[in-house]
Formats: sequence, structure tokens, C-alpha cells
Amino acid sequence: MATALARNPTAQPKSSVSAVEMGARQRDISVSEFFTKNRHLLGFDNPRKALLTCVKEAVDNALDAAEEAGILPEVVVTLTVAPSNGDAPPPASQATRFRVTVIDNGPGIVRHQIPPAFAKLLYGSKFHRLRMSRGQQGIGISAAGMYAQLTTGKPVQIISRTSARGAAHYFEVQIDTKKNEPRIFENKKIEWNHERGTQVTLEIEGRYQKGRASVDEFLEQVAIANPHVKLVYMTPERETREYPRTINELPPQPREIKPHPYGIDFGILLRMLHDTRSHWLSGFLSGDFSRVSPAVAQEICKTAKLSPNARPRNIHGTEAEALYKAIQATKIMAPPSNCISPIGEKAILHGLSKQIKGEFYTAVTRPPSVYRGNPFVIEAGLAFGEGPDQVAAAAPVAPAVPLAEGEQRDDDSELARVIRYANRVPLLYQQSACATFKVALETAWRNYGIAQSRGALPAGPMVVFVHMASVWVPFTSESKEAIADYDEIRKEIKLALQECGRRLGMFLRRRERAKSEFRRRNIFELYIEEVVEACARLKGGKLAKERLKAQLEKIAAKRTGGERTDAILGRDGGPEGLPHSIIVTVEGPEGEAPVLPGAEPSAAAPPEEPEPAPRKTKAKTKPVKRKPKTAKRKAKKPKPKKRKK
Amino acid sequence: MARAKPKKIGAVEKKLISVADAVITAAELRRDPTLSIPVRSLANVNFNEKRGIIEMGKRKQARTFFNVGMAKKFMQTVLVADALSELQRADLTTSLREIYYRTKHTMKGSSENTFDNQNESDPLIEDLEVSLAALREELHVRAENAGSIVGPVIFGDDGDRVDCARLGKGGYSVPSIVEPDFIEIRRCTADFVLLVEKGTQWNRLSEDKFWRRYNCVLLTGNGQPPRGVRRLARRLHEEYKIPVYVLVDNDPWGYYIYSVVKQGSINLAFESERMAIPKAKFIGLSSADPDAYGLPRNVGIKLNDKDIGRAKELLKYRWFQKKPWQEEIKRMLESGLKYELDALANKDFRYLTKTYLPRKLKEEDWLD
Repeated sequence: MATALARNPTAQPKSSVSAVEMGARQRDISVSEFFTKNRHLLGFDNPRKALLTCVKEAVDNALDAAEEAGILPEVVVTLTVAPSNGDAPPPASQATRFRVTVIDNGPGIVRHQIPPAFAKLLYGSKFHRLRMSRGQQGIGISAAGMYAQLTTGKPVQIISRTSARGAAHYFEVQIDTKKNEPRIFENKKIEWNHERGTQVTLEIEGRYQKGRASVDEFLEQVAIANPHVKLVYMTPERETREYPRTINELPPQPREIKPHPYGIDFGILLRMLHDTRSHWLSGFLSGDFSRVSPAVAQEICKTAKLSPNARPRNIHGTEAEALYKAIQATKIMAPPSNCISPIGEKAILHGLSKQIKGEFYTAVTRPPSVYRGNPFVIEAGLAFGEGPDQVAAAAPVAPAVPLAEGEQRDDDSELARVIRYANRVPLLYQQSACATFKVALETAWRNYGIAQSRGALPAGPMVVFVHMASVWVPFTSESKEAIADYDEIRKEIKLALQECGRRLGMFLRRRERAKSEFRRRNIFELYIEEVVEACARLKGGKLAKERLKAQLEKIAAKRTGGERTDAILGRDGGPEGLPHSIIVTVEGPEGEAPVLPGAEPSAAAPPEEPEPAPRKTKAKTKPVKRKPKTAKRKAKKPKPKKRKK
Repeated sequence: MARAKPKKIGAVEKKLISVADAVITAAELRRDPTLSIPVRSLANVNFNEKRGIIEMGKRKQARTFFNVGMAKKFMQTVLVADALSELQRADLTTSLREIYYRTKHTMKGSSENTFDNQNESDPLIEDLEVSLAALREELHVRAENAGSIVGPVIFGDDGDRVDCARLGKGGYSVPSIVEPDFIEIRRCTADFVLLVEKGTQWNRLSEDKFWRRYNCVLLTGNGQPPRGVRRLARRLHEEYKIPVYVLVDNDPWGYYIYSVVKQGSINLAFESERMAIPKAKFIGLSSADPDAYGLPRNVGIKLNDKDIGRAKELLKYRWFQKKPWQEEIKRMLESGLKYELDALANKDFRYLTKTYLPRKLKEEDWLD
């Protein structure tokens, strides 16, 4: 934000300003001031989005804190219409002022940290470390507070308690936007009926609307990607929605890692050289980066023609450049991937089948990969179909009225929906700028038996789930709405979606085969009736109708393969080839096994129920836990190849 | 329309009943009921040069019942056959659309209709015509009355005497079924038949009493002549041994209309026997006429891509291989222009009656 200035005042007309005067006007701009003016950068473009952003930031923080402390998160989100000047509050759809309260059961915040955590921009624990978390920059909740301050003038209210023995602290804080420092209005100890946790209350100007990109949708999607979270949501219409926890185990703690040498820019290298505590260059390299062993450090020094014993602080200019180039030219192992904790296939399946009605679900977790030195994992999932209730409900209604010419049965030309996540946080805005969405468009869904017009999403009752987990998710803007377009990321998303598509294609083909066989016999029966009647009329009534009908039906049964086909169909519709998928059916004529156990023989998890019972969870987390190990092994291989340029 | 007919089963009805028999026999033998239907496409027509008509080839396609792709069509074919036999028994004629409505219903125990629109039933009637070797007229299915006739000819129609010389300038509307059973030609004293593509030009000639002066029958089909018009021209030609001249626009469609009158159409090649007039002559408009009659270039219309494509197809048809025809079509392509009959009005409103046709007839300037 530093201002650049022309230093040489040329011969100027009288009205213009001298360099001295101009110089006098120049001063620091605080981040807070900058963001006050550019609030759209942080996701506060309009009242509707602002409400969502506030909820999102508070929920992100709550989940991050609880998970980091090893606590199974329980979060209560309450939206209420805030009464303005004493009148009775308007209905939620018309209200313009809301009170957002988010309570978690996290570790709480120590007293002196509360004001800066909530009322100082770019203050936080997550920016300087490389570890997977929802928040990254330390802007979010403070920005929400700033927005509250800007629109309603109300301070942020915080209650926090770190243990049952300690007291609960109540704070009211605001940002001093000029200094980017917290201003404390109220600070006292209070009684609080929670043993431990934090409660944040914001009063903001906002708009509550249901549907796409709403708070409701956000929380629903949070529940899909975080089955270990118990979430309670009280809507502004005083409805209580509970998203119960379906997995009683925390996802594995992601570990913090040091930056990988490939991922840093030249400027960052310079800063690190300056800041390091190492006295020797080789020590700096092996100590401050991940995957740089002393041997690799020696090699880098040799390539850069620098002494391993050089003082890092003394390396400037051309030497630093040589070092930077040497790093890029040296083969270095891919960064460790245990810093990422993917959701896992089982958990995604759980989340999807719990929240989305469908007939078929599948999930894919890709092995870790690397972009710009940052490890990441792509996960994708699919929910397809109408769900047995809807199908059953729709079926008897259909054959009521015969169709007139030109009339048609409603075809669902509805397009698929893409739900996107970055580090388990749903992304609701700027869909078309997002790498995940672009790849979903590019994927040739038609190969999997799904209609797709050029440049559009596939058509059908389908939800596409994409999750990117990484120590540093590259967003296109501060408001964290879309994932940037790195080739490596695109490729992984594509592979994941293709795998999902392939499985869906298999499911569809299988279902289609069964259906068409059924339909075939069905239409023959219908037509036989017609043909027999017509023949009887042609013959002037002199025909043994029943006999002809029986004969034709016999031929039809023989032609369609009869019961034998069913048996064959049933058999090759076995579980192989469809790992990590669920098929849900009504007790229908096809009678398929509702659940296909995982393909890997080692998968310890027992097959799930057709409609997954929420409590049966213990066994399921096992495969998730194992994942990083196998993943690590795989990650080693591709790296050296990549470097051979 | 109903006429007295003997009660016993007619030949056509027998043919229709044979469809039911095919189903019953196949069922007895536990075979898939099959109807074999001649293929109606360019690939399955032959041009018989000796007779000068297009004949249908021998290729047939099997329509089987127990095949998912064909089952519905099979069922529909049987339904149409049933409706047609009903017509025979009641001795009624009807339209394609009425057949569609007659056979349309919802199938028992479902919401599926036997037919969803007329496009499904129309080709089935043609299929039955072809496979049973029964003309549409014999099946008692009529098309719209889409033709007019005027001139020294007298018909007997349902016992009425129709003198086409005494019907003013409107003439007699040609029924779609003109088989001897329905229309009787009592007398014809004309020297030739002039079949005009367009109603407007037919009106011009009728208004100018061209037929009286040149003792001819004026016939039009308003575009592609329907069966009734073609069949009537053929009957006049055959029964009264008078030549037929065809007057059409100078464009690929005009050429094709002429060829349909002369050799028969590809789609209904099986009817050429009774429809085609191999001796019909193409009187105009020829691509040589603009020069010969001094039509200015600016009354022409530029050939579009479709026209050019169609003209090139025509060049390949076996019945357009005669040298004068190749020259005729190529000349049109070279000029890049087509001319409508109406363009003759550029010279004079009565140019067609007073100059063009008299000169053509005098010079015997026509193509065969």
C-alpha cells in the first residue's frame, strides 16, 4: 500500500502543488482503512453476502480452534433479526439488521489475546505456518467485526472461557481503523453456562434469503464435508436445524511443515536469508526448509558456487540469485503430505448420503500432489439421482392423463450442481472463476452416459463435490471464493472427477440395462395386447384371442431372455469395480445389493446400511487414518520425474 | 362417396387381412412375427430405360415385432392395417389425418399413446401400400384436392356430368382419387394436356381462355402435383392418346416436378406403373429461354447453395443423363440464375398466353 510518488517537480503552473506539499500529504495507510474502503475484497460486497461471510468466518474459526485443540467440535449458529429502534422486528425476509451468534466448544481464548484476535486485521496464528487450516490470513473475523462497526456501529461481543475452573470473560471490542489496533469497550468476568469455548456475537446489516449461496446452504455444505462436527443452526425464522455428528473421531491432526524450497519466491528467499537463526548457509538450507538434507544442502551450495559456511545474512544480489537458481535446479523430494488431512472417501460418502437425496454416491481421494512446493490433495464426490422417496412419490402420479399431441412428460433438464470446498470450507461465490468448476465443465461427462451441452455443466439430478485440501489454498482473492487455476491442481481435479464419472457411468449402465430389460418386456406386453385386438378385428372377430396372446407372450419372454437375464444381470452387477460407492434403491424389481463394499480387500469397514444409520461410525474412520501413509509412499515417485526439464 | 359394392371380401381387404395372418402364422410357429417392407429410397430404385419409368428395386427390410427398436412400429402397422380394412368394409374414403385419429388411443394399463403425431402414421400407410402392392386410392385414403382442371373434357363423378369447358375460369377441382371406379372420363376432345406447376400461371391461361384457342386441357397441381393430378394426366394421356406438356419454373425443383410426372418419384417408385407418363415433354421454362425470349437478367434470381446442390444431384440421376438435359441443367448452373414463370410478366401481362406458349408450340421447342 506504499504510495509511489514523482520526485521531480517540473516547471509547474501556479495552481499545482510543490513536491514539499505533496510530500506532506503522504502518510501511512493502515490495512484496516484500506479494507474499510475495499470491503468487497473480503466478501462484504452486498448485505446478503455480508451475512454469509460473517457466519462463515465465525464458523471457520470455531472449527479450526476446536480441531486444533483435539476437541470434537460442537457449533451453534444463531441468526436473529435485530430490532432497530425499539420497533417490533420485521420478518426475516424483510429485515436488514441481523445478530449473528456463533458458540463453539473449542479451547477458548486466553484473556489478553481476545481483543487482538477479534479486532486487529492480519493478526493470527495461521498465516506464518504451513499447515492445513480453514483460516489462512487472520483477516476474517476481524473484518466481520469491522463490517459490523461500519454498518451498525455495534462492537463485537465475545465470551470466552478456557476451562471449567477459569472464569468466562466478556469483551466488547472494535477496531481502531487508523491504527489497526483493538479498542476495548467492555471487559468483565461473567457467569456463562458453558464449561469451555467461545461465543462471538456480531450485529450487522444484512439480508437473509434462502436458496443458492445462502447461510442455509453454507451450513448444509459444512455438514457434508465435516461429518465429525455437530452443528445446530437456528434460522432467523426460529427454526432449529440440527446436523448431527456422524463420525465420532476427529480427522487426523495435520502437521505443520516448513516451506518447500520449490514453493518460495526470490523475495521470500531473501527475507528468510535475513531472518534465519542459522549461522551457516548449509544449516539454513537444511534447517529452514522441508526435504533439504545436509547432503542436498551441500549440493545446492556447490551448484550455486557458494561456500556452505557462508553467513546467510551476507548473501545478497547475484549470489542470492545464484542460490535461488541452484535450488530450482536441484532435485528435491516432494514435500511431506502428512501436513494435510483429507476428509476421506468414507466420510465424504457419509456426508453426501446424509445431506443429499440420491440413488448413487461415490467418492474419490487422490494421492497428494504438489503445486509450487505446496502439497495438496484433491477429493471429489458425486451424488446422483432422485432418492428413493422422491422416485416412489413420483411414480404413481405419472400414468394418470394420456398425452395430447405436442405434450411431453417433464424431462429433467436441470443441470448438475457443483459444491466446492477448500480445506473443508464451502465456497459459494464466484463459481465460474474457480478451477474446480472449470474442470467440472471440461470433463467429458458424456463419456459416462450423462448429457452435457457444449460449455455447460452436465445435465441431470446430480451434485458434484470437489474438495481441495492444502497447506496453502491458492485463492483468486482475499475473500476466498474461488481456487486459482494451477495446472497441477486442474490435473488432479480432472483425474478425480473422471474417476467419479467412470463409476457413475458404470452404475448408470448397469441400471439402464436392468431397466431396459424390464421396459422391453413391459412394452411387448402392451403391444401384444394391441396387436391381438387389431388382428381380431382384421379377421372379423374370428380369432382365438387368448391363444394368440399366449403364443406371442411366450415368444416375447424367450426373446428377452426371460428370468435367466435377471439372474445374469444380478450376478455381473456385483460390487467389483465400484469402490467407495453407495447405491440406494427402493425395494424395487431390480433388487440390487444396496451397498457395495470397498474394492480394496483390506478395507476394514463393514458395508454400510442402504440408508446410512447416523450412529454406526466407529469402523469407518480407520481407512481414513491409514490414508496418509500410503499416500506418502506414492508421492515420492512422481516428483523426480517432474523436475527433469 | 359411398358406393354400392358387393358384400364379399374385396381383393384389397384380403391383402390387409394378410397382415393379421402373418402375425397368427408366426405365433403358431413360435417365430417372431415379421412384415417385409420394400425399401423406399434412392438406393432401391432402378430406372427402366426401356419403359422410361422409375421402378422399385427388390430390397426389403424386415419389420419384426420382438425387437425393441421396431416393436412399436410393428404394432402401429397392424393398427393402421386394421383401420384401412375398416374403410374397405364400410366403403368409405378418408384422409391421412383421420387415419391417425382413428388409430390413436392410449394403450391399456399405461399412459403411452399408440401414436403421438401424424408423422408416425403417414409413412406406415405408404409402407402398407408398397408391401401389399395396393395403391393409396385402392386403400381408400385420399389427399387434399389440390389440383384444378379446365378444358374440353367431360367427367362423370358420382353420377354427375362435369363438363370442364363450362366451369368458368375456376375449373373443376381434381379429386384425389381419380381411379375409373370413382371418376369416369366420358369424353375428351383436346389435342394435348398442359400441366402447369403454378396455380397463378394456370389462372392466367384459364382467364385468357388459352385452352379454347389451342384446344387443350389445362391442369395444375399447385406445386408438386398430387397423385390425383398425375393420375388424371396419365389417364387422359393413355385413354385419349394425347401428349402431355409440362410447364414449370426454371429451377431444380421445376426439373424435378417434371421428372416426377414423367418417370415417377423415388419415394413412391412402386406407383410409377400407374402414374408415370414417360412421353411427357418439358415445354419450359428452359434455361435457354431467357436468351431466346429476351428476358432481362434482372428478373432472374440468384441460385442459392441449396439450389446448386439439388441441381448437382439431378445431374447424377440416371433419368437426366440425356445430353440435352445435361446441357439444360449445366446451362442453368453456369448462368447462376433461376427464373420463375411469373417473370414472363416483365414483358407483358399476357406474354405467356400470347407469345411464349404459341411460339413454343409452333417451334416444338421442348425437351424430352
